[in-house]
Amino acid sequence: MLLAQIRPAIVSFILFTVLTGLLYPLLVTGIAQTVFHKQAEGSLITSSDGKILGSSLIGQNFDDPKYFWGRISATSPAYNASSSSGSNLGPSNSALLDEVKGRITALKAADPSNNDPLPVDLVTSSGSGLDPHISLAAAHYQLARVARVRGLSQADVQQIVDQNTQGRFLGLLGEPVVNVLQVNLALDDYKK
Amino acid sequence: MSANDFIQAAFFLVIVLLTVKPFGTYMARIYEGSPTGINVWFAPVERWFYRLCGVKPEEGMSWKTYAFAMILFNILGVLVVYAFQRLQASLPLNPMAMPAVSPDSSFNTAISFASNTNWQGYGGESTMSYLTQMSALVVQNFVSAATGMVILIAIIRGFIQKQMNTIGNFWVDLTRTVLYILLPLSIIFAVAFVSQGIPQTFSKSAAATYLQTEKDSNGKPVTEQDIALGPVASQISIKQLGSNGGGFYNVNSAHPFENPTPLSNFLELLAIMLIPVALCYTFGYMVKDRRQGWAILAAMFIIFLPCLWFGIQIEQQGNPLLTKLGVDQSATALQPGGNMEGKEARFGIANSGLWAISTTAVANGSVNCMHDSFMPLSGMIPMWLIQIGEVDFGGVGCGLYGMIGFIIVAVFISGLMIGRTPEYLGKKIEAFEMKMASLVAVIPHMFILLPVAIAVLTAAGKAGIANPGPHGFSEVLYAFSSAAGNNGSAFGGISANTVFYNTALGISMFFGRYWLAIPMLAIAGSLSAKKIVPTTQGTLPTHTPLFIVFLVMVVLVIGALVFFPALALGPIVEHLMLVSN
Repeated sequence: MLLAQIRPAIVSFILFTVLTGLLYPLLVTGIAQTVFHKQAEGSLITSSDGKILGSSLIGQNFDDPKYFWGRISATSPAYNASSSSGSNLGPSNSALLDEVKGRITALKAADPSNNDPLPVDLVTSSGSGLDPHISLAAAHYQLARVARVRGLSQADVQQIVDQNTQGRFLGLLGEPVVNVLQVNLALDDYKK
Repeated sequence: MSANDFIQAAFFLVIVLLTVKPFGTYMARIYEGSPTGINVWFAPVERWFYRLCGVKPEEGMSWKTYAFAMILFNILGVLVVYAFQRLQASLPLNPMAMPAVSPDSSFNTAISFASNTNWQGYGGESTMSYLTQMSALVVQNFVSAATGMVILIAIIRGFIQKQMNTIGNFWVDLTRTVLYILLPLSIIFAVAFVSQGIPQTFSKSAAATYLQTEKDSNGKPVTEQDIALGPVASQISIKQLGSNGGGFYNVNSAHPFENPTPLSNFLELLAIMLIPVALCYTFGYMVKDRRQGWAILAAMFIIFLPCLWFGIQIEQQGNPLLTKLGVDQSATALQPGGNMEGKEARFGIANSGLWAISTTAVANGSVNCMHDSFMPLSGMIPMWLIQIGEVDFGGVGCGLYGMIGFIIVAVFISGLMIGRTPEYLGKKIEAFEMKMASLVAVIPHMFILLPVAIAVLTAAGKAGIANPGPHGFSEVLYAFSSAAGNNGSAFGGISANTVFYNTALGISMFFGRYWLAIPMLAIAGSLSAKKIVPTTQGTLPTHTPLFIVFLVMVVLVIGALVFFPALALGPIVEHLMLVSN
């Protein structure tokens, strides 16, 4: 009776591998590429001349005062989209406090006159190291700086931020966020 | 807990509860072989499967044959997944030219995926070829989930059959689970995930030009962002549905490509809870007393809801050390606030907390935020939910059969207290069942606490610790809890991709899975052979609030007392240090 299980074990393993390891992903790929081609290829943003500027879902690093800055990234180098990682720093680890202090110092250096409270997501690492978003508070904190460096009115910058803000899904799920790469691309375009 | 946290968590739980009855009924009908539509249309495929395998579907198996078939099939899985990783450099579908995975990491990952743990010692996008991901790991996601579910079904048959020597046919149960439950759901969820932005492609990674040029660690300019892609969506749907949790990317569902939007997050969470919760109803349906299924589900929620509230509450309060630096952690209209280290902006506190508690209550183990960066007490909750044995709700099938083990213990103790022969669902619980159930309750503790002690006493164990002080101990405790509980999540700072951890965690995962499955199948065989005793005045009812509370107490006493000393050394000490600082 026990030996009789060897054939079904081997044959069913092969059948399940073909079914769930080849046919299933191929079927999903076929549907995905037909119906949602852009998403299936990584939601890439391309310039008018066909250059890939990034993905609307993957953040990039910004520390130039003329751009909005995103979350701290724990990958090496920052926002390494081929090797995602969080900081995994524990809440009582002094390295966490050093990281936060370092970010605060950099933000203050770029905008010494800003005495607003620091939004927590702007001074902490994201889970993925690739977070494309910041909270509305983190955008608001940087708005005056970006407007000043670019010589734009705050109202104009606010409008660009609003255009790149996603609310909660159905007003219910998730948190409202600003897409950092998209807002910065829009700012560069606006100048031209 | 802010109003936003509460509304999002409550909305999710209401939707989950709405799926219990329809989906639980559907699964019961599939296992009973009643026509449901899909199993009529695909009946020729099913028959063709059996013909090729040489299986006579009407032929039942003794519990020993059933267990042997299960173990044989799982060992085959371990060997094949190992081989895929070691040979991936010479196999097709490897556009990023990934080299062979090391022997110890391959060993760990093979056991990890066969045992439904899906602990990731490796970073997916920087280690595995597309072929390894989809034809080795995805296949195990399906069949390891199905293995857990069919063992549960065999145990249910033990309760409903009278004086029979068989508990069903392993190959039939396995085939039906994959064909009619896991595969259709996976296709639907995968397509929904692609619509939200999860990639599904065989193209190699995309090279984007940075808007602001990067510098690497040597100060050299980096102009290109290499964006890892692959057949991701098809892996994520079964990863969540089957309580697997092994992601395509290193950071799992925190990665924007593995979980891009609030809607994808909601659907992934739903997929995590769907089967484990509905199986309680399937149980009640199949034993022809639905109150029994609802009673188990009620006991699970009694433990789950306070954990959920407490976890979110602590995370929402934020880190007092950051408040001192002038950081604003309050929840306002413009920000979710709270402890945002290791969390994604689009998920905030509500969805990160909800996920962390759900993924550890269910033995799923996928993460959408870094548990290592949780506050000490809110990080303790996920760890403790794993330590109580992954029975609340636990992995697909295995969570409920673990809970049935606890029910047997509870029935036995209450029987002793009121001086009656312990019975559950008309079956007498005797010495043999009690011995087997004790193994189920105790074995995971052994494979958590012993290796933790070894790890913190050896240089190889201590070398993997990332955070200093008690938090470092928590990392090790979490790792072995996760392995023996077949969860797969981690305090991810720990460097576990070493010979020591790959081997030790691999052993914990193996025994945590199969040394529970085999005693439970033995119970199934023993129960199946018994008569059904008619209900009398003296029978202890097992669907009443009294029994539900008693069951909760049994789970808490066994789980909480065993681990309290270890938790006191880790998260509790860290919390005290943090508040006194």
